[in-house]
Amino acid sequence: MESFFNRYRSITVLLLVILAQLVLVAVQVKNDQDVRMIRIWTVTAVTPVARIVEALRGGSLGLIRNYVLLRDAHQENLMLQAEVDRLKMENNYLKNELNMADRAKALAVFQSHTPSRTVAATVIGTGAGTNSKMVLVDRGTVSGVERGMAVVTPDGIVGKVITAYPMASAVLLITDPDFAAGVISQKGGVRGTLKGQGTPTCKVDYVPFEEKIEPGEWLYTSGDDRIFPRGFPVGVVKVVRSAQPFKEILVDPSGMARGLEDVLILVGGVHQAIPDTPPVNQPIFIGSPPADTPKPPENSGNSPPAAPAGTEADKLRAQYKDIGEAQGHKFGEGTPGSKPPDFNLKLPGPGGTPAVGQGPGAGDRGPGAGGTTVVQTPGAAPPASKPAVPPGGATQR
Amino acid sequence: MSYSGGPILLSSQREGQVSRFSAWVMLAVPLAAILFQVYVPLFFQFLSFLEMPLLVVVYFALMRRSQVGGLLVGAVVGLAQDSLSKNPLGMLGIVNTLVGYFAASVGLRLDVDHPLIRLLLTFFFFLFHQFFYWLMVRALLGQPLAFEVQRTLVLGLLNAVVGISLFHFLDRLRKAS
Repeated sequence: MESFFNRYRSITVLLLVILAQLVLVAVQVKNDQDVRMIRIWTVTAVTPVARIVEALRGGSLGLIRNYVLLRDAHQENLMLQAEVDRLKMENNYLKNELNMADRAKALAVFQSHTPSRTVAATVIGTGAGTNSKMVLVDRGTVSGVERGMAVVTPDGIVGKVITAYPMASAVLLITDPDFAAGVISQKGGVRGTLKGQGTPTCKVDYVPFEEKIEPGEWLYTSGDDRIFPRGFPVGVVKVVRSAQPFKEILVDPSGMARGLEDVLILVGGVHQAIPDTPPVNQPIFIGSPPADTPKPPENSGNSPPAAPAGTEADKLRAQYKDIGEAQGHKFGEGTPGSKPPDFNLKLPGPGGTPAVGQGPGAGDRGPGAGGTTVVQTPGAAPPASKPAVPPGGATQR
Repeated sequence: MSYSGGPILLSSQREGQVSRFSAWVMLAVPLAAILFQVYVPLFFQFLSFLEMPLLVVVYFALMRRSQVGGLLVGAVVGLAQDSLSKNPLGMLGIVNTLVGYFAASVGLRLDVDHPLIRLLLTFFFFLFHQFFYWLMVRALLGQPLAFEVQRTLVLGLLNAVVGISLFHFLDRLRKAS
C-alpha cells in the first residue's frame, strides 16, 4: 500500500487538492434554485447508493415474504378458489337472468305487434326418446291452448301443439320427421311443404323442378295447412338441388336459432302478408319526429276501412262485397238469369284514389292497398290488413 | 547565464537540474505577483492583460521539477487570487493547481532553461489556464462566459514574451547548486 502511494503520490495529491477545492467551490456556489452545489452533489452521489440499498432491502423482504413465509398460502389459496367458484356460479346465474329478461322483452314486443292472439309459454321439458323432437311447455288447456295450435318465437315458427294437458302442452318441433307445414318463398311465391328430418335442418317437399328458388331465400308460412297463419318466418333456404319431379330443398329453421326456452302459442292466429324484406334481427332505431312536424290527420271514417285480414280469397270476397253493395246488389238473392253486378266497376277511393284492385299497389301486398298509405320502414312488412311486424323488425332487443 | 545548445528533450529526469529557491523567494515572489495583478492595473490599465500569478506558478513548477510542489504552489496562488476576486474560492485554485501539476510534469521531460521552450510552455499554459477557467465557469457556475480565441491567442503570446523576461529575472533568484 505504501509503495502504491509512493508510486502515485503526485497524482494522489493532485486529486486530493482538486477535490478539496471542488468542495470549497461547491460549498459557496448555489444553483438557480438557491441550493448549494455541495448539497446537490452530495444528494446526487448518495441517491444511487440509497436506491441500491433500498432495492436490496426490498428484494430481501420480498424474498422472505414470498418464498419463505408461505405458511398460510395453501389455505388462502383454497379459500380464494372457493370464492372464485362461488362468483363464477353467481355470474352464470346473473347472465341467465339477463338472457331471460331479454327473451321476455323480445316476446313482449312481438306479442304487442303481432295481430295474432298469443300465449307465452316456457319450455319445461323435452320429450323422451333420442329421435323425439318434442318439448313440453307450461301452458295447457287452462290457458286456452288446444291441440293443433301453432307455436312460434319472434324469430320464426317452432312447432305445433300435439297434446294439450290442463297445465302443460306437448309441442312437436319442426325438426321432427312427423312435422309438416305449408310454406311459401318470399321472392317467387313458390309453395311447398316443410318437413322435419330429425336433424337441425328441414326439407321442403313438393316444389316442382321448374320453380325458381335460390339458396338464401326466406320461407314463410303459407297458411295452407290451417295451423300456421300466413306470413310467419320459417327459415332460410340452405341448399337447392334439382331433381325430378321435385326439387330437393334444405332449410335452416330460424325459430330455434337462439335456443328454445320461451315460446308463444298462437291461440288466435291471424294471417299476415309476406314481407318484402327478410326479417331483420338487428334492432332498428327510429327517432322521434321533429316537434314542428304536422300530425297526419286521424282516420275519421273518410278513409276506407283497412283491408280485410285473411287469405287472398277473404280479400277477394270483401272486394266483391263492396262492389255489390255499391250497386245495391245482395249476394244470394238474385234469381238465375237476373243481372249480375258489374264486377269491373271501379270503386272510388277517398280523395280520388284508385279503386280497390285497380290502382298501383293493388292486391294484398302492394303499398296503398285499400287507399291507405303506409310508410314502410326497412325490415318492416308491407301493409295488409294490418302491418305485419316481422320478428325483430323495428324492435329493440 | 548562457543557454545550452543541447537537446531540448531530456533522456531522463536525472539530466534535468532541480532549481532551489529560498523560502522568502517562494513567499515573496508569488505575493508580489498577486499584488501586481491586483494593484498595477488600477494605475496602468494596459497591463491588465498580464497574468503574473500564472507566470509565477509556471515558472516555479517548471524549475522545481516537482509535481507535488508545483500543484501546491498553484493551489496556494490560485486560492489567493480567488480570495481577492469575486470568484468562489477554488475556481482559480483548481485551474492553477492543474497548471502547476502539468507544468512540473512537462518540466521533468524538457530542458526548461531553453528560452524557446519557456516561450512555448508559457504560451500553452496560458491557453490552458484560460480555457479551463472558461470551462469551469460554465460548468460549475453556469455563467455564459465567452471564450474569445483570437484575443486569447494574442494575450497568450504577450504573456509568453513577458514570461521569458520574468523567468530570466527569477533565474537570478535561484540558489546556486
